[in-house]
Amino acid sequence: MKQVLVISGKGGTGKTVLTSSLAALAKGAVLADCDVDAADLHLLLHPVVAETQEFWSGQKAIIDDEQCINCGRCLSLCRFEAIKALKNQDGSLKKIEIDPVACEGCRVCYYTCPVDAIRMEDRLSGQLFISETKYGPMVHAKLGIAEENSGKLVTLVKQKAQEIAEADGKPWLIVDGPPGIGCPVIAALARVDLALIVTEPTLSGIHDMERVADLAAHFGVTTKVVINKCDINWDNTRAIEKICQKREIEVIGHLPFSEEVVRSLSVGVPVVEFSLGAITEEISTLWRKIESSFQSEGVVLSDKKKAGF
Amino acid sequence: MIISVASGKGGTGKTTIAVSLALSILEEEVQFLDCDVEEPNASIFLKPRIKEVVPVSIPVPRIDQEKCDFCGKCAEVCAYHALAVLPQEVLVFPHLCHGCGGCNLLCPRGAITEVGREIGTMEIGRSNGMDFIQGRLNVGEAMPTPLIRAVREEAKKRRNPAAVTVIDASPGTSCPVVEAVKGSDFCILVTEPTPFGLNDLALAVEVLRKLGIPLGVVINRSGMGNDKVDFYCQENHIPILLRIPFDREIAVLYSQGIPIVQRKKEYMEKFRGMMNRIQESLLI
Repeated sequence: MKQVLVISGKGGTGKTVLTSSLAALAKGAVLADCDVDAADLHLLLHPVVAETQEFWSGQKAIIDDEQCINCGRCLSLCRFEAIKALKNQDGSLKKIEIDPVACEGCRVCYYTCPVDAIRMEDRLSGQLFISETKYGPMVHAKLGIAEENSGKLVTLVKQKAQEIAEADGKPWLIVDGPPGIGCPVIAALARVDLALIVTEPTLSGIHDMERVADLAAHFGVTTKVVINKCDINWDNTRAIEKICQKREIEVIGHLPFSEEVVRSLSVGVPVVEFSLGAITEEISTLWRKIESSFQSEGVVLSDKKKAGF
Repeated sequence: MIISVASGKGGTGKTTIAVSLALSILEEEVQFLDCDVEEPNASIFLKPRIKEVVPVSIPVPRIDQEKCDFCGKCAEVCAYHALAVLPQEVLVFPHLCHGCGGCNLLCPRGAITEVGREIGTMEIGRSNGMDFIQGRLNVGEAMPTPLIRAVREEAKKRRNPAAVTVIDASPGTSCPVVEAVKGSDFCILVTEPTPFGLNDLALAVEVLRKLGIPLGVVINRSGMGNDKVDFYCQENHIPILLRIPFDREIAVLYSQGIPIVQRKKEYMEKFRGMMNRIQESLLI
């Protein structure tokens, strides 16, 4: 099983549009949406949820007002500004409150409270779904509103997807990644055979592509680049090609700007099933290149250093 | 007044809106914060002169092997599994440490001190008469929130209370976004009229409602896609502050790193109008 991750650094360059099209072209893939705090892949693949699992992660501190003596010890020790002092009109301390959004569950307040007025509660941070789509099984998730630990949820989504791919003997795991370079992206890069970086010919797109390429290189993951909306600014497209050449990263596709993409989104289908135009042709060629790159260097790839977590 | 710009979905135009807003209200004192520390892009448009680069660290434990008796307390209290105690050695995993200080506080032998581990830098300068601060997370670092917190704190220290602070946040709805928008007086959510834009807008609205921050929506690339974002805003009583049409010229300016308001002056009025509407809505 080969695992292909679509990332971008910058948001909105076309990760999900491309992932959905690869899902349609791969014939027999397992799909995973690792953009757990703003997941969109389901809007194009229409998964039917077969199983829902709760994602419990970390803890939050709860204060018992009855027991609290307002000593303020927790207030001075919390480094996450999660403990707030409500004051009376005369400025004296009225009550201690814990902000559940700011609390990182470190337990410092719990361990140090002199009257044991603080307890720790497990945190329901999201949900994980195992679903069926017409393109194959899909694992996706929904992080709770303003919850943390998105990296852990990404890891869980990937683990489930890998298990399914291995059990079903599927040749591909295609993963829609999150934007940025932080914890969810690092988690998404684990055990990946190829990271496809989708960029666009804008100065922001170039800047962010370089950062995420550095990140993938840092973890020893092989990358290839897709330039989306390549005809918006040809000078910048050429600049991307040059940067990639210097970094020895193959530019594997040039996708033209296409209003058909917007229309396919509105209809809710992968663009390769919507359009017979240049965009579909380009994406199909790109997919064939990915397939043949594994056929020609499949043995080598599996020996390459993988990001181990 | 602190105005943050967020979106849920990436690439909807947060930086475009934040930069254009800031450049349109220069008669006021403006402070600009790029809190998208994973992929900071505002400097591409604002071209600030950076005067100071400050490393930002989080405190991680260092074990004094002389004092340590390997009792295991530190590993027991660490909520992030950043410490492991072996019979003759304590292993520290600095990338897992959140810097809470619990191990230091609770070590019975006082064998733990905290040392800084750099996670990124804060770049401070001036642009177009504004104060400019951006965070830049080091590649390979997983935790952007302490860096965002550092940028917000630095800005607070330097800020004239009468100034307008404009904050460019990262995409998504999780901790980095919360840290960037926290404490703002108003949040502008930038979206596009597509199913993705709508889906992620609704998530971002939930986050802001949970934080109790008043919000309004800017619809970027208006005219493409459908009008479901309009219906959603109407149903949820969310003001639509501004529409920016789907226009190839704007896309090309963006690709070159040129703020729209510098080339299309009519937009300055539009952004000033938006600012007025925000101020009025906060007075009611």
